[in-house]
Amino acid sequence: MSISQKLEEIRKAATTELEAAGDAKKLEEWRIRYLGKKSRLNEVLRSLSRLSLDEKKTVGAAANRLKVELEEWLGQKERAVRRDRMEASAAEKGIDISLPGRPFPAGRLHPVTQVYREIDAIFTSMGFEVVEGPEVEWDYYNFEALNIPAEHPARDTMATLWIDSEEKDNGKTRLLRTHTSPMQVRVMEQKSPPVRIVVPGKVYRYEATDATHIPMFHQLEGLAVDKGITLADLKGTLYEFACRFFGKDRRVRFRCDYFPFVEPGVEMAIECAVCKGDGCRLCGNSGWIEILGAGMVHPRILERVGIDPEVYTGFAFGMGIERMPMLRYGIDDIRLFYGSDLRFLRQF
Amino acid sequence: MKVPVRWLKDYVDIDLPPAELARRLTMAGTETSMMSLGQGWQGVVIGEIIAIEPHPDADRLRLVTVDLAAEKQTVVCGAPNLYWGDKIAFAAVGTELIDGHTGEKAVLKKVKIRGVVSCGMVCSEKELGISDSHEGIMVLPPEAPLGASLADFLGDVVLDLEVTPNRPDLLSVTGVAREVAALTGKSAYVSELELDYEGESIEKQISVEIADTDLCPRYCASLIAGIEIGESPELMKQHLASAGMRPINNIVDITNYVMLEYGQPLHGFDYNKIGDKKIIVRRARDGEVMISLDGVERKLSRDMLVIGDSRRAVAIGGVMGAANSEVDEKTTAILLEAASFKPSSIHFTSRKLGLVSEASMRFERAIRAELTLPALKRATQLIIQIAGGKAARGLIDVYPGRREPEPILLRPERVNKVLGVDFSPERIESALVALGFHMKKASSAEGLLVNTPYWRSDISIEEDLIEEVARIIGYDNIPTTILSGMIPPQSGNPAVKLRERVNDILTGFGFQEVITYSLTSREVMAKLSQGLLEPEPLPLANAMTVEQGCLRTSLRGNLLIALESNRRHENGTIMLYELGRIYLTLGSDLPEEPEILCGLLSGSGEDKIWHGRREAIGFFDAKGVVEGLLSRLGLGAEYEEGDDKGLMAGRQATITVGGERIGVVGELHPAVAEAFDITGEVYLFEMEMAALLPHTLGHKTFQPIPRFPAVVRDIALVLDNSISNKQVIDFIKGFSLVQEVALFDVYIGKQLPSGKKSLAYRINFQSSKHTMTDEEVDKVQQKILNKLSGELGVSLRV
Ligand SMILES: [Zn+2]
Repeated sequence: MSISQKLEEIRKAATTELEAAGDAKKLEEWRIRYLGKKSRLNEVLRSLSRLSLDEKKTVGAAANRLKVELEEWLGQKERAVRRDRMEASAAEKGIDISLPGRPFPAGRLHPVTQVYREIDAIFTSMGFEVVEGPEVEWDYYNFEALNIPAEHPARDTMATLWIDSEEKDNGKTRLLRTHTSPMQVRVMEQKSPPVRIVVPGKVYRYEATDATHIPMFHQLEGLAVDKGITLADLKGTLYEFACRFFGKDRRVRFRCDYFPFVEPGVEMAIECAVCKGDGCRLCGNSGWIEILGAGMVHPRILERVGIDPEVYTGFAFGMGIERMPMLRYGIDDIRLFYGSDLRFLRQF
Repeated sequence: MKVPVRWLKDYVDIDLPPAELARRLTMAGTETSMMSLGQGWQGVVIGEIIAIEPHPDADRLRLVTVDLAAEKQTVVCGAPNLYWGDKIAFAAVGTELIDGHTGEKAVLKKVKIRGVVSCGMVCSEKELGISDSHEGIMVLPPEAPLGASLADFLGDVVLDLEVTPNRPDLLSVTGVAREVAALTGKSAYVSELELDYEGESIEKQISVEIADTDLCPRYCASLIAGIEIGESPELMKQHLASAGMRPINNIVDITNYVMLEYGQPLHGFDYNKIGDKKIIVRRARDGEVMISLDGVERKLSRDMLVIGDSRRAVAIGGVMGAANSEVDEKTTAILLEAASFKPSSIHFTSRKLGLVSEASMRFERAIRAELTLPALKRATQLIIQIAGGKAARGLIDVYPGRREPEPILLRPERVNKVLGVDFSPERIESALVALGFHMKKASSAEGLLVNTPYWRSDISIEEDLIEEVARIIGYDNIPTTILSGMIPPQSGNPAVKLRERVNDILTGFGFQEVITYSLTSREVMAKLSQGLLEPEPLPLANAMTVEQGCLRTSLRGNLLIALESNRRHENGTIMLYELGRIYLTLGSDLPEEPEILCGLLSGSGEDKIWHGRREAIGFFDAKGVVEGLLSRLGLGAEYEEGDDKGLMAGRQATITVGGERIGVVGELHPAVAEAFDITGEVYLFEMEMAALLPHTLGHKTFQPIPRFPAVVRDIALVLDNSISNKQVIDFIKGFSLVQEVALFDVYIGKQLPSGKKSLAYRINFQSSKHTMTDEEVDKVQQKILNKLSGELGVSLRV
């Protein structure tokens, strides 16, 4: 048998056996048999020394080629066996992935906090700064300084919770602020223009509790005072807010309204999302949802804090906060916000 | 204010659909909605009574035959006012009507009444929803077309205006007509009447004196004698009813009608009941008593104004008349009052007496004194027309408060500056003219001198006029621009930032944020500290309920209430927190309002989880939250035994940061838990945000990562129970080359002598200069052990 025939025989046997070898142990046996020191191929390689130089060249090359080939086949087979083993074990370790995950407590912010963050961010990006003020307030800041003297009919629209008896008549009567507007005056007393602030906070009313009334709720006040601020700027700023908060596809309406501390007065409403302006129960058939009250800061208020209304003008606005998540999520009972029921709070 | 469009058309031409009218009024400042009168009148037609016969079986019922043009119907009817030839409203079977007795809506059915079949009904005003009157059937005017639908004849659209407090002129039909005229490019026709006077001069028959002119700037009156009290004409009754007022008798109806027409409240006295024919407008005497028209005895005081005769009060000025001078069926002469009162005084009086009337509502909104005469003349004329009688010659007009109105300077460039527009002076002027303002060029040529029409009381400065211009031209015609000025310098409000971070960290830890009422009860606050109310909470002067009678001095109460109520449907772990203010009294000054963070944790470990149980919540969970929170804020804290009354002694710690006490953490006292109906342990932590804030400001300095590896050694120590973990750690940390010490095991039990515990620590030894050898570490460790043993009596556990 010539050496090349021998090599051919080795190749055939090795191929067949390798095909059959199915696990790591068999592969190791095969390796020893065909690539080990005592393998037939090694024998052939050792016997080369007895051959002529020419034969050495050709046969030697063929034998070495076979060795390289066998090593390569072994590598391939090893990888295939490993892969089969992984697949088999994956099938064994299979789990019911529909089982619930190990609970990781998920905390949430109160929906009012979430809305404040959204709104604060919009106004902050327009150069407004967040400031806060006292909830127990003097009659002066809550009413007097905002052009609502004692016995003004506008007081009737803001039923007040008093700390001191309302009749205490020395200007030092304390109350729970009925709106965030007192901060307009407090801020302007401290800062000279330009001013751009928003004031989030709790406000209080003397109201019997029902699905639409609660004694405590949240507002956001805004104020901008500078040279040359106009009603057009008010419209632009609040329009920008409405677009960002409610989306660009909702129509926005500005109409005249009355608040004693602004002149001219403005109300902003957005198109009702339910009826798209045709009128439905949600919007009281008007097609519009009132979002905020606003207006140009009343010149008497500017004078009162020592700002010359001939030089400076400004606008102010105030909005109820609970209304926003109520509209967005269709919440129909305002009491839910402060009932601390986890079944409610976990929904946001 | 409800204004029937039919009535409005008496004063202004309307060619716009009511919906568009309502929209324009709304846009211009008065939210207006529409109501249809007669919407439910399908099936109601106009008929004529052509026969009335007695019911064969019932004395009080009659059989009425009605001609409906297309057919004739006979129905059973019990009304007292059935007359042959009257036009009436007839409802056929199937019509939905308001049941005269129950007031509910019901569909009319064919019925048999005492053996006679009745197919339909002759309607009362109440059944048609026009008024509350159910005494008799509604009689229509003779011109009502036979067989026509009632809705076509009487149906109307009623505008419902939500009038803002500054616009009392819109509490009248003429006022609304003027507004509509300005908004639709028409003119309103409201003309002042000239009266025909007869008989003796009024001054000879009544004298009027205003004693307190500060509360009553003007008092006008007329006198009509020889009148007859009766019903008002149908049209007047309908107008009143659609405007929401109940028809009573011709005199009362006329005063109401003219009030709705002109916005000026009027009051009619029975002239013969006025003592000594003298009217004195004066302050009430303290303790003076008067029975008002509604039969209630009113206690008056010096800060109220009354209309008196020579002896007694005959009315509370501008609020309500007295029973003693009331117009009744026997009245033959009327003293008719149209006066002007100080708004704040009326507001005070009506609130003090709990008497808000149509009149008081108008007076407190400062209607103009100039309205008195036109309204008085109109009402006097109507009384003569409707109730008969003759007016005394002349009118009383006492007007001590007369003031010449000052024109207001309006500068067109100021209009444009405030609105951000470029309106021409002509455009501005024509907007104001449409509203009835008169003007002339100012002498200095600065702008316009504007005179306010006599019915408007809300215009006093230039800005008021600017609003008028803007709302007539329309807010939609004002452009939309972005603030162009410099952004003011920002302080960054660190308190707001800190709150945001704390919110993020705690929700990240799995806590649910809650917001609860700041209002609470003394009882809840007292429960928190086992009965001791300290500090004393700030009470409200006019609390709605006892439960909301004062301001909270702690967040714990509401959180515990929240926990308890959630426990009714939640068995698992509950972790809640609130970040909110408490209110601490400072005498008669405004209270302090520190912001507090309070969190609570509760869980029995009973949570059923398929892969095992959760451990019960304990003190160290709460402390872990505090440590985690502070660590995220970049702070370390010291913990010492606390003495909070609401927490359990020995199971609470004060939290100190940078030497300042910022809060507590601990287990709720079981007695407090019980007071809130909570079973099981509750752990809570509480911090004052203002105390925390200064420690979170500024930036830390970066610490380089050690270049040489640490050598780790674990040691278990046996020590007296009285020695705290902190003492040991501080002790070990005192040695050089000790980089970190961490407790990893605590053992108390049988294997140790009593009074002893075992604590195990992992110590990291590290040098910044070289890699430490074992020998080096051994040496330090031995030194530590020796010193621990010598100074604290601590031994190595073997
Ligand atoms: Zn709608």
